[in-house]
Amino acid sequence: MAMSARQLAVALLLAAAPAGASPPGPPAVDPALGTTPLADPVQEARAMALMHELRCLTCQNQTIADSNADQAEAMRALVRSRIAAGEPPESVRADLIARYGDWVSFRPPARPDTLALWAVPALALVVGALVARRLFR
Amino acid sequence: MSPLLPSLAELGHLALWMAAGAALVMAAAPLRPALVGLARPAAIAHGLLLIAAFAAMSHAFLVSDFSVSLVATNSHTAKPLLYKLTGVWANHEGSMLLWVLILGVAGLGVALSRMPLGETFRARALGSLGIVALGFLAFLLFASNPFERLDPAPPEGLGLNPLLQDPGLAFHPPTLYVGYVGLVVAFALAVAALLDGKVGPAWARATRPWVTLAWAFLTMGIALGSWWAYYELGWGGWWFWDPVENAALMPWLAATALLHSIRVLETRDALRNWTLMLAIAGFTLSMLGTFIVRSGLLTSVHAFAVDPTRGLFLLLLLLGLTGWALLVWALRAPKVAEGARFAMTSREGFLVVNNLLMMALLAIVFIGTLYPMALEAWNGRQISVGPPYFNATTVPLIVLLAVLMGLAPFLAWKRGTTTGLSRRLLIPGIAATAAAAAALALLGVSGLLALLGFAAAAWLGIASLQLLLRRGLTFVRAGTALAHLGVAVTILGATASGALQREALVSLPVGDGFEVAGFTVTLEEVAPRAGPNWTALEATLAVGRNGAPVTTLRPQARTYTSPPMETTEAGIAMWRAGDLYAVLGKPDGSGRWQIHFWVKPLIHFIWWGALLMAAGAAVALGGTFRVTALARRRRTAPAPGPAPLPLPAE
Repeated sequence: MAMSARQLAVALLLAAAPAGASPPGPPAVDPALGTTPLADPVQEARAMALMHELRCLTCQNQTIADSNADQAEAMRALVRSRIAAGEPPESVRADLIARYGDWVSFRPPARPDTLALWAVPALALVVGALVARRLFR
Repeated sequence: MSPLLPSLAELGHLALWMAAGAALVMAAAPLRPALVGLARPAAIAHGLLLIAAFAAMSHAFLVSDFSVSLVATNSHTAKPLLYKLTGVWANHEGSMLLWVLILGVAGLGVALSRMPLGETFRARALGSLGIVALGFLAFLLFASNPFERLDPAPPEGLGLNPLLQDPGLAFHPPTLYVGYVGLVVAFALAVAALLDGKVGPAWARATRPWVTLAWAFLTMGIALGSWWAYYELGWGGWWFWDPVENAALMPWLAATALLHSIRVLETRDALRNWTLMLAIAGFTLSMLGTFIVRSGLLTSVHAFAVDPTRGLFLLLLLLGLTGWALLVWALRAPKVAEGARFAMTSREGFLVVNNLLMMALLAIVFIGTLYPMALEAWNGRQISVGPPYFNATTVPLIVLLAVLMGLAPFLAWKRGTTTGLSRRLLIPGIAATAAAAAALALLGVSGLLALLGFAAAAWLGIASLQLLLRRGLTFVRAGTALAHLGVAVTILGATASGALQREALVSLPVGDGFEVAGFTVTLEEVAPRAGPNWTALEATLAVGRNGAPVTTLRPQARTYTSPPMETTEAGIAMWRAGDLYAVLGKPDGSGRWQIHFWVKPLIHFIWWGALLMAAGAAVALGGTFRVTALARRRRTAPAPGPAPLPLPAE
C-alpha cells in the first residue's frame, strides 16, 4: 500500500514518541484531525489557541495553525487528538517541548536563563520612571 | 554598444568607485577649515554619481544584460517590465545599491537646502553622511559588487523569486530605506550639533523635517511589508513579531520618540541630550535593521535575503558605525546642558512619558528579538520568542500610550492647567466605555486586552477628532490629530481582526461545503490555470450569507517555472472593511482538498490607519514648508513669484 506524504509524516511523528511511555500511553492520533476541526467548539477553540503557539518545525517561522506543510498537519492531528481525549493544552505543550525542545513553542520558557527576557519589560518601566523623576525635579 | 566603448555596466562600476572617492572628500572636509568649502561640491558629486551608478544597473536589468552576474541570477527575459525594474533591488547587492543611492540623494538634499546653522555645521553633517556612505560603498565594492560580470554571458537569466514579483513588495524596500536614510540624516545633524555644541530650538527646527519624513516613510514601509505578508504569504496574519519585522519596528519606535522629543526641544529648549541620544539610537537601529535583514544572522520568513558569507563584513560595519556614533555621544554629550525642567501636567511632561513608554517598547522588542540568538551563543539552548511573549508584554503598554495620547494634545506647554480638561475628555470617555460595553455585550468579546483595545481605539479616535475640530487649527496640530487618529484606526483594526476573527481549517471534496461565522462556503471546482510564468490549481469557493451569494473566492496553489517554486495565492475578497480570506492546500489523495478559510473583520483598518499616520506627517511637513516660505518672503520683501521650497522634500 502506498503511503501518502501525510500518513508518512504522522507515522514518523509517532515513531519519535518516547518508547518508555507505553503503560497509560497517549491516545491514538487520528490523522484526519490534521484537517478536520473537533466537533466540540470549546475543545476546538482550546486546540486552536495552542496550535497558534506551536512552531511548524519544517517551515520558516510559521505556526502549525498557519502552515500547509505535512509536518504541521501531523502535529495538528496530534494536538487535536489529545485535546479531544481530555488532556489539558499545557500538558500537550510540555510533551511536545520534551520531544522537540523549547524551540517548538513560541511562548518562551520561564527558566533562570530566560530571566532577563522576562525581567526587561518591568525593568524598562522602572528605569524610565527613575529618569523621569530626575527630569521633573 | 560599440566594442571600443566600455559598457554601461562598467561605467556604473566606475561611478561607484568615484562616489566612494567623493564620500572620502565629504568625510575629510570638516577636518580642516580650508577644506570646508569642498563639502557641498563633494556631496553633490557623490549624489549624482550614485544616481548614475543606479541608472546603469537599472538599464542592465531593463535590457536583460546577462553579462552582469546580478541580472543573470535575478532576472529573466520573460519577466514583466515592472518586475525587471524592481528586480534591481529585490536581491542582496541591488538592495544595498538602492540604500546608498537614497543616501546619496539625501546628501544632495542636505547640500542644496537652506542651512541657517551655517556652512561649518553643514560640512560636519555632510562629513557624517560621507563616513556612513564610505562604509556602505566599501561593503558594496569589496564584499558584494553588484556590477560583477560574466564571460561568456548566459543566454537566459534564472528569474526572480516569485514571492517578490508583487507590487506591495516592489515598493516596500525603497520606502523603508528612505525612512532609514532619513534617520541617518537626523543622526548626521545630531553629530554636527554635538561637535558645534549648538543644540537648541534652531537645531530642532532644521532637523524636525528630516525626522518627520523618516517617520512617515518608515510607517509606510512597515505597513507595506505587513500588507504584503498578509496577502502574499497565505498564512492569514499581518504581523508575526518576526525578527525582520522587528528590525524595522525598532527604528520606527526610536523615530516616534524622537519626533516627540524634538518638539519639546523646539518649543521649550528642553531634553537636549535626550533628543541627541534618540537621534543616535535611531541611526544605530537603522543600521541594525539593515544588518539583520542583509546578513542572514536570523532566519525568518525573509530567508531569501540570507547570505551568511557577508555577515562578518556587515557586522564589522555595524560595530564600527555604531561604536563611532556612541563614542561621539559619550565624548561630547557631557558638554551639552540638558535644558529646562518642567511640570508633570504640562504637554512636555506627557511627551516625556510618551518617550519613556516608547523606550520600554523598544527594549522589549530589542531583547525579544535578540535573546534567542544570545542564549544559543551562551548555552546552546534554542528557544522561540514569538507572539505570545510580545503580545503579553507590549499590548498593555500600547493601551496605556493610547490613553495618554488622547490626553496630551489638550494640555498646555510649560505650566499645566487641568481646568476644562475633564469637560473636554467627557465625550472620549463615554465613547471608550460604550465601545468596550458594545464589544462585550453585542459582539461577545471576552478577553480583557481585546476589550481594552476597543476602548482605547474609541478614546483616542474621538479625542483626535475633537482636536481636529477645535478652533485655531494649525498645520502641526492637524498633523498630530491625523496621525493620532491613524493610531486609533490601526488599534481598532488590529483588535477587531484579532478578537472577532473566525477561521475554519477543513478538508472536503468538490461539491461539499462548510459553515463558519454565518457564512456558507461551497467548494465548487478545482481546475488548472496558467499564467505568463506559472501554472496553478485554482479552487472556486462560493461564499454566501443568509442564503444570498456574497462573493466567489479563487485561491490558487501556484508553481512558477523560473525559478521553479511553489507558492500559495490566497483568495481574498473585501467584506465590510474586513476580508474573507481562503487558502487552498494539498489534495489528500482521496479527492479531498484542504481549505483554510478566515473571516477577518475590519482588518483593512490596520493599513488605513498607517496611511492616516503618514498623511499626518505630510501635513505637519507642509506646515514647516509654509512657515519657512513665509519667513523668507517676508525677509526678501518684493519677492517675485512664490518662494522655492527651502527644505528638501525628498
